[in-house]
Amino acid sequence: MNAQAGRMRRVMSSSTATVYLVLIGIVIVSVILSATVGRSFFTSGNIEYLLTSTTVLGFVAIGQTLVILVGSLDLSVPYIVGLSSVLAAGVMAGSSQNLIAGLLTALVAAACIGAVSGVLVGVVKINGFIATLGVGLMVSGYLFTNYRGNTGQASPGLAALGSISLGPVPVTTLIMFAVLLITLLLVGRTRIGMHMYAVGGDAAVARMSGIRGWMPVFVAHTLSGLFSGLAGLVIVARLGVGSPAAGTQAGYDLLSIAAVVLGGAALSGGKGSLWGSLGGILIFACIDTMMGILQVNPYLKDVVRGVIIIIAVAVYARQAMPRVAARFSPGGGRAVESAPEQIGEDAR
Amino acid sequence: MNSVLQIRGLGKSFFGFPVLRGIDLDVRPGEVHGLVGENGAGKSTLMKILAGVYEPDAGTVTLDGKPVEFAHPLQAYAAGISTVFQEFNLISERTVAENIYMAREPRTLGLVSTAGMNRDTGELLASLGVTSIPPTRKVSDLSVAEQQIVEIAKALSFNARIISMDEPTAALAGHEVALLYSIIERLTARGVAILYVSHRLREIFDLCDRITVLKDGELVATAEASQLTETELVRLMVGRSISAFFPEKLEGTTVGDVALTLRSAGNTSVNAVDLRLREGEIVGMAGLQGAGRTEVLEGIAGVNPFTRGTVELLGHPLRLTSPRKAIRKRIAYITEDRKATGLSLNQSVMDNALAVVRAVTPLRSAVARQRANEILESLELSARGPDHEVKFLSGGNQQKVVLAKWLLTEPKVILLDEPTRGIDVGAKHALYTLMRTLAQAGNAILMVSSELPELIGMSDRIVVMHEGELVAELPGGSSEEQIVRAASGLTAAEPAA
Repeated sequence: MNAQAGRMRRVMSSSTATVYLVLIGIVIVSVILSATVGRSFFTSGNIEYLLTSTTVLGFVAIGQTLVILVGSLDLSVPYIVGLSSVLAAGVMAGSSQNLIAGLLTALVAAACIGAVSGVLVGVVKINGFIATLGVGLMVSGYLFTNYRGNTGQASPGLAALGSISLGPVPVTTLIMFAVLLITLLLVGRTRIGMHMYAVGGDAAVARMSGIRGWMPVFVAHTLSGLFSGLAGLVIVARLGVGSPAAGTQAGYDLLSIAAVVLGGAALSGGKGSLWGSLGGILIFACIDTMMGILQVNPYLKDVVRGVIIIIAVAVYARQAMPRVAARFSPGGGRAVESAPEQIGEDAR
Repeated sequence: MNSVLQIRGLGKSFFGFPVLRGIDLDVRPGEVHGLVGENGAGKSTLMKILAGVYEPDAGTVTLDGKPVEFAHPLQAYAAGISTVFQEFNLISERTVAENIYMAREPRTLGLVSTAGMNRDTGELLASLGVTSIPPTRKVSDLSVAEQQIVEIAKALSFNARIISMDEPTAALAGHEVALLYSIIERLTARGVAILYVSHRLREIFDLCDRITVLKDGELVATAEASQLTETELVRLMVGRSISAFFPEKLEGTTVGDVALTLRSAGNTSVNAVDLRLREGEIVGMAGLQGAGRTEVLEGIAGVNPFTRGTVELLGHPLRLTSPRKAIRKRIAYITEDRKATGLSLNQSVMDNALAVVRAVTPLRSAVARQRANEILESLELSARGPDHEVKFLSGGNQQKVVLAKWLLTEPKVILLDEPTRGIDVGAKHALYTLMRTLAQAGNAILMVSSELPELIGMSDRIVVMHEGELVAELPGGSSEEQIVRAASGLTAAEPAA
């Protein structure tokens, strides 16, 4: 009973709850604004658009969440997305026989690039920002030297997967949710996942407790690479071709970091949740959908995104301030009958 | 006598410089074994060897008759030696249970069993007589005392035969110390041996069965606590008898005009504080942790300004709404937490010493450096040079850098918050002497301290805080009992029962 309550608390820790409150607020605003131009926000077309724009960023942000949890960053994700898409489409070349080979090539390459970052950050102890910037640049150089424009062709099976929906829900979105659930299990119920929090929270303490510090960092980066690879496959499924610039054009590096931070994670590591990151992505997706309905200038979208990120993080920062109960009211009298021992209880 | 731990000829050097030499030590099951010595005596190194943080260069460690060697902290834990360090090894964003079972979470079918982990943690805490800490609570929501209990529970969860504790009471208030004592009693009753490192000699005598004294990396003596007096112990530690541990007031020290006056000062943390500090006077401030002592200092220093009442400096009313304003009025505030608020650890001795002066005065850099060097020299700072980073200095030397930083501003009012926390006996004595010199020069000094002998030994007057209010003012030389009664909310005037 108690343990369940504790689990509930962890799942809906205060900052995650705030993320969803912000999301609900934005949905309400979106519905009202859509109504003012005589449109409905909740049409199945809109929902499909919203979920579609959630999917690719979702894969990337799940990986980014893990990387940020261990106190690192992954700036190489857009290039991995691009690489994965061109490798898959290239190997498949429109043939069904090459489906598995294409998928495997893309995912193995993506995971390996993540693993390289993992070794650089976890073992060689290079700052994550720098290490993944370097790795990203190398992949970028390879990509744009060897591929000019879209290339290859998806196997028919994969292309079909990209176009099937269950009602308004694209199958690729369902796959993204499945990956999210598996990753939730990983961070919440496996040692390696729990150790990601520990290493990000305080690497020295984690080491003293007997955790091999490089391991969670390595795994987080490898998974981030792998999930970016999956994002690339979704792009192939949707477009039918590989697109080297798919990741960079969408700006998945900064967008995924923004979504994770919007989801309540600390860039210093050790604090954050996948549900929070999902909330962050949905917030972005809602705003995009709304602005699509309102036919807002696309460049203005970025302004709105920027404003939302800053406001949200300012709100979280306020929340995180130490809640020392005031002993005296500003006027002078005893504030409340609050013995200091009760502060801990109240904070719950 | 059978011992659970035998150490023979243990030695350790860093960069060719020996910090431990030929240590022979026996620890018996169920005893509290005190380990004392000045900073730099080798206590921490010895503890870290036992904890598996360092590997010794020479000698053997035998546990239950079997020689052991630890290459990693976990091996020490697994062997039955646990260490509770001064800086806790807890992840604040994780729960109590997750911290205790970190790196060895119980699993069923590959998944961590959180329910089992929480249940075991509850039982573990209950066995220490603690039921007020839910296993699912985040460590960041716990008090310092509760975090320490979690550390001890973690140590115990490895079936520790020996638990070594480094200054466990450093951050605890009086009633929390009592809880720690009772936990130690429960541990020893089970046959767990405690290796207890502390600078607080009172505790050493309260708790320990035997005491080992280290000095300059060598073992000076191991003796039954009952056969030692405090004076003898201090003499063994420093190799000289500090007859007058608290230096007398210097000749020519006169208590002059009122330097700082608080009238009904208050904010959301403290209320209606009336306080006068005179030039040349040392006022001590007593109280339990959380009584609002630091908050009074923060009010004066403009960190967390007073919102009610008035503050007067040398008769002139003023509003100190930021640290910058307070510094410009020559108020120096030496905070309790050197590492967090006193120093910029990655910067050099000189950059730290000049930090405040550079911020508030247009003094020429060369002049400031010259003066900083003079002050650091007069404080007998031992560092490799002014460009040495402060993170490499010992606690006592770091404190000297903080003091130099503030003395450079030529303060009139000096606020000291727990100035001797975590520094060794020699450095303490140097600080006391410095306080006397500053008083002689006409400074008004307000010192918050949790060490009663220090308050009694140094203060001309002692004011006592209780739940955010200043409840008593006692003359210097008052008894510990009077202070404790006032601090715990009993009226000081009430006759002792």
